[in-house]
Amino acid sequence: MNKYVKFSALVVVVIGTLIWLASANIQDSSTYYKTISELNQMPAKAKEQRLRVGGDVEKGSITRKADVVEFNLQQENMHLRVSYDGRDPLPDTFRDGAQALADGRMGPDGVFHAHKIQAKCSSKYAAKPGEAPAGLKAVPPVRKTI
Amino acid sequence: MENVGALAVLLAFCIAIYAIVASVVGKLKGRPFLILSARRAVYAVSFLVTVASGILVYALMTSDFRFAYVAGHSNRDMPAIYKFTAWWGGQEGSLLFWSWLLSTYSAVVVFQNRRKLREIVPYVIAVLSFVQVFFLTLNAFIVSPFQMLAVDKVVTSVADGLGLNPQLQYYAMAIHPPMLYLGFIGFSVPFAFAIASLITKQPGDAWIHTTRRWSIVAWLFQSCGIMLGSAWAFDALGWGGYWMWDPVENCSLLPWLAMTAFLHSVMMQEKKGMMKVWNIVLVASAFFLACFGTFLTRSGVVSSVHAFAESPIGKYFIGFLAIGISGTVYLILDRLEYLKSESELESVVSRESSFLFNNLLLLASCFAVLWGTLFPVISQAVTNEKISLDAPWFNRLMIPIGLGLLFLTGVGPLFAWRRTSVESLRRNFMIPGLLACLLAVGLFAAGIRNYWAIVSFGFCLFVAATIMSEFFKGAHAIGQKNQMNFARAVVELTHRNTRRYGGYLVHMGIVLMFVGWTGTAFNKNTTAEVNVGNSFSLGPYTMKVADLNQGDNQNYKWESAILEVTKNGSPIGTLEPERRFYKASQQPLGHVALRNRLDDDLYINFASGEGRTVTLQAYIFPLVSWIWIGTLILVFGTLIALVPSKVARQYARTQVVGLAEKHVPVEN
Repeated sequence: MNKYVKFSALVVVVIGTLIWLASANIQDSSTYYKTISELNQMPAKAKEQRLRVGGDVEKGSITRKADVVEFNLQQENMHLRVSYDGRDPLPDTFRDGAQALADGRMGPDGVFHAHKIQAKCSSKYAAKPGEAPAGLKAVPPVRKTI
Repeated sequence: MENVGALAVLLAFCIAIYAIVASVVGKLKGRPFLILSARRAVYAVSFLVTVASGILVYALMTSDFRFAYVAGHSNRDMPAIYKFTAWWGGQEGSLLFWSWLLSTYSAVVVFQNRRKLREIVPYVIAVLSFVQVFFLTLNAFIVSPFQMLAVDKVVTSVADGLGLNPQLQYYAMAIHPPMLYLGFIGFSVPFAFAIASLITKQPGDAWIHTTRRWSIVAWLFQSCGIMLGSAWAFDALGWGGYWMWDPVENCSLLPWLAMTAFLHSVMMQEKKGMMKVWNIVLVASAFFLACFGTFLTRSGVVSSVHAFAESPIGKYFIGFLAIGISGTVYLILDRLEYLKSESELESVVSRESSFLFNNLLLLASCFAVLWGTLFPVISQAVTNEKISLDAPWFNRLMIPIGLGLLFLTGVGPLFAWRRTSVESLRRNFMIPGLLACLLAVGLFAAGIRNYWAIVSFGFCLFVAATIMSEFFKGAHAIGQKNQMNFARAVVELTHRNTRRYGGYLVHMGIVLMFVGWTGTAFNKNTTAEVNVGNSFSLGPYTMKVADLNQGDNQNYKWESAILEVTKNGSPIGTLEPERRFYKASQQPLGHVALRNRLDDDLYINFASGEGRTVTLQAYIFPLVSWIWIGTLILVFGTLIALVPSKVARQYARTQVVGLAEKHVPVEN
């Protein structure tokens, strides 16, 4: 057999296997991202799949009951009640005002049941460029107008 | 002073533009004084960016809270070392740090080659300065680190800054970003040489020889950077793991994969004159992926648990990448005839072919990681649904790719160039193959049913055995001939061909890292809510909460649990996981207690405490220490490969029909 045919065959087998691995069962390991407004517009049936919803944790909305933590996610003026019953403790960065991502499913009660919460502190490292503490604003060093 | 800093950046920007123009015009018109002035411009840029960086660092160290950047990323009570590391702790500072490293590298390159390679160095200056102009544009006009705080145009300061993110106040985090940056930016040097040799239609491999050490050093820094990040996630973040296929992690891995492929495929060009186009594509990919990573982590295009700014610099990066990539593609297509291969593949079972498959797998993994990372963006563009791929998807692809690469690590170096005889296959692989099979059968008999793990351990032993036998055979021959003892013969052998045997050591490090990664298959964890005086257990370990402790210092308040740990009933000491509350940033942070051993790590995180009840997360990570040991061996091997070989041997190139016979001395 021609050596190029052998090579091509091997390359095709390797790449084919990888493509198959990448595309098979993709549903199990993929999550749909939704904003709260998109979630509200979804048909009831579509809401049953695994979703990931992002937003800010509404200030003062975190309530802790036995084994369950409930809070509101907020995006502009829309709210979503989230109930977290996962096994792992919530991350350190999860608190009032933090940006949070909730993984889970929409329940028939209109509450989003999350099994995983990721959060990042929105105040630090992530400050919008030039954003400064209250009352102050950042300006370039040379301020004279010519 | 802030005005001096901003002015320095602005001047550096102008002089970098001058360097591009002067070097190109000087080369085209044959005016040596213009080229000389371009060289000096590179030094000037380096000096100016150093001044600007010095001013920012001075402001950080002296807590000058008039600077918006200082107020945002530092506070008075932070230890001095973290005040310094705040230089790269935020967006503006880290971009200035990028510029500073690039300007230093450029100055070193220009100085090193001040009397060499007159043909291509002007274009090297132009390419490096072009990259520098882009970063200085960001520093000077878009996200300046010299923004001041002001009320109604009167500069003021705040009483205290917000402090560095407490998660970043950790030793590995102090050196992880500079390591990554040193690696990322190091790729720009081989890239600049590759482009310059394309522009000038250089026939030879001068760019590869000149930049070989640069590539290896950059690769080394990047490897260290990735592994330090991994160690930091493991030690400091408390989510119980060292890698989760987060976009930010992937971004650091992408250029590393491309560069690893490059380091292997350059050997094909040096020894056989093959894969010339491919090498330029790889080095350009590594460079652009490094820039792309810098862009992705700062643009908010994909969401990540790593908090980075959503900032206006995204569109500038896209513009830069578009210009750079299209320019490179145009140059490669235009110069294709200068990049003809000098020999052909002869057999599927040959060194050439193993390099080819090594490259195929590395590139496939690079593409897979890129695809997975950008999938939310791709899926949104195609189906209008934002879908993210999670860790299981990455693992399903990367485990087989990784095992394939591990296998090639074992067989590749022992295949002969051109073709390999059945006899030599049998001689080289019989014993390692048998050992690996025995291990696999043994593991199966011991009750392990995770087949990936069995295959992985088998391959690990196989590769380790082939590497050892290479050292043993070589050292034995030298020892016999020169009457040396075995240890000296090993050193002598390595010294004679540092690149080859250093490479073997790097492979050995990779094998040990695979051992550690495979341990993941046997991880255990539990979460327990315990009262003081009670205990809980995980695997062979039992943890008794003996007491709680608390305290306070300038930077943070803390509480900790004192755990008496027993393994299989016998006491092995106490562990003290801690929970801190950082004052400046009002942020809590767990401080994990770790017991590192070669067989497994016990890892305990203080998740929360209320009164006399604490919630603890305990993990057992079998074999995880081998990842860090492997990393150290990888670093050691890379350093060995950088030592010049004792005997500079001459390698004859394979003669190729149609091309003049060449005998190029090649450093091996």
